[in-house]
Amino acid sequence: MYDGGKILAGIAIFLGLVLLPVWHNAVVASAPRPEVKTPTHEKHCVDSAAVMRASHMNVLDQWRDAVVREGVRTTVTPTGMTVSMSLTKTCMNCHANKKEFCDACHNYLAVSPTCWECHVEPKGSSS
Amino acid sequence: MSFIWSLVIFSGLVALVLLGVEGAKLEGLFGIWLPYAAVGIFVGGLIARVVNWGRSPVPFRIPTTCGQQKSLPFIRHARLDNPATGLGAAARVALEVLTFRSLFRNTKAQLTQDRRLVYGSEKYLWAGALAFHWAFLVILVRHYRFFAEPVPVVIGWIQGLDGFFEVGLPVIYATDVVILAALGYLLGRRLADARLRYFSMAADYFPLFLLLGVAGSGVLLRYVWKTDITRVKELAVGLASFRPVLPEGLGAMFYVHLFLVCALLAYFPFSKLTHMAGVFLSPTRNLANSNRARRHINPWNPPIVGHTYAEWEEEFRDKIKAAGIPLDRE
Repeated sequence: MYDGGKILAGIAIFLGLVLLPVWHNAVVASAPRPEVKTPTHEKHCVDSAAVMRASHMNVLDQWRDAVVREGVRTTVTPTGMTVSMSLTKTCMNCHANKKEFCDACHNYLAVSPTCWECHVEPKGSSS
Repeated sequence: MSFIWSLVIFSGLVALVLLGVEGAKLEGLFGIWLPYAAVGIFVGGLIARVVNWGRSPVPFRIPTTCGQQKSLPFIRHARLDNPATGLGAAARVALEVLTFRSLFRNTKAQLTQDRRLVYGSEKYLWAGALAFHWAFLVILVRHYRFFAEPVPVVIGWIQGLDGFFEVGLPVIYATDVVILAALGYLLGRRLADARLRYFSMAADYFPLFLLLGVAGSGVLLRYVWKTDITRVKELAVGLASFRPVLPEGLGAMFYVHLFLVCALLAYFPFSKLTHMAGVFLSPTRNLANSNRARRHINPWNPPIVGHTYAEWEEEFRDKIKAAGIPLDRE
């Protein structure tokens, strides 16, 4: 006896699971990559755009350790600026809108950073 | 020797992608064409293997199981180990696939000081295999965040559970630690024991190197040599929706990770890794023991060409008559 029906059912399940991203994108088209607005009044960030895109979380982490644990509040950035190591004062001075700047990419990739468990999101700010 | 060869081939693959991306600027090949080819080989190859297995007839049920088969009402029936119904067999396969019950029965044989052969329980291989497979599954599911926007909520929950300990930044996933430890154990186990080393072949080491390479490059990509993952997702969604785009600046580490995944996928149908499909077709696991309850007809039995006595008598009628032997039909 042959179990052709069961074999075909198994192959169908396999195709359904393995190519799930293909079926998903065929039914619900994924939204495109978000483009965040860069500020107009300041030309330079604390590091190059490529570094900031990939490693901004490490910059913030180092700043947090320096300020909270070592009491050092200012730093000289690789771009040669002297800045206060502060998320709300320095970063959000330019990237003022959390929803349009931070959340755009974080939601796109299901990243849930814990910044806002301590920090308060600046109210009524927009750039 | 087989260990060295696998390591050489694996290193060659990594060198190939580094040269291809950094030297020859073949991002299009490594980012778009190879992933499509690898998924094609993976899906087509596995289906071909399964169809080939499916064409083998199943003449009867193989009752080499550990439990008491269904018998008289006062004899206790081992429903999971020796099921009599399709549902029971499905449960047995499910337990095998999800918990590796056969491997749990793994034993080790050792000679004692006075040259006596003793068998003992050996659970490390089972534990290592289970840890690796489950960690790999969770990591695979987590990667779904790169293929769909909006990301399904379930993926967020899995990420939250996986990063439960909130150590480091980005949060170190428990599965990342587990998969590297488990793969390290599975490789070290082959190297540490002389007997195991003796019968380990290149086909045993190479998949381990590939998996270690995939997991290791992924971990490096997340914690050390980072890339812009919004662009990674742009590439992934483009591939999945058959409108491929090639974002700039993904970095060599990302291409190493992607190429090793492609190599793993393409290698899958031709290697021991096919056990992913094969485990579902294990005859001693997936067939209910109904040999005595109903008749199983062997499909490759040739049609029986009979030669009845009446036909035989007709054939030798003259000779039988001449010998004076009485005939049934005069």
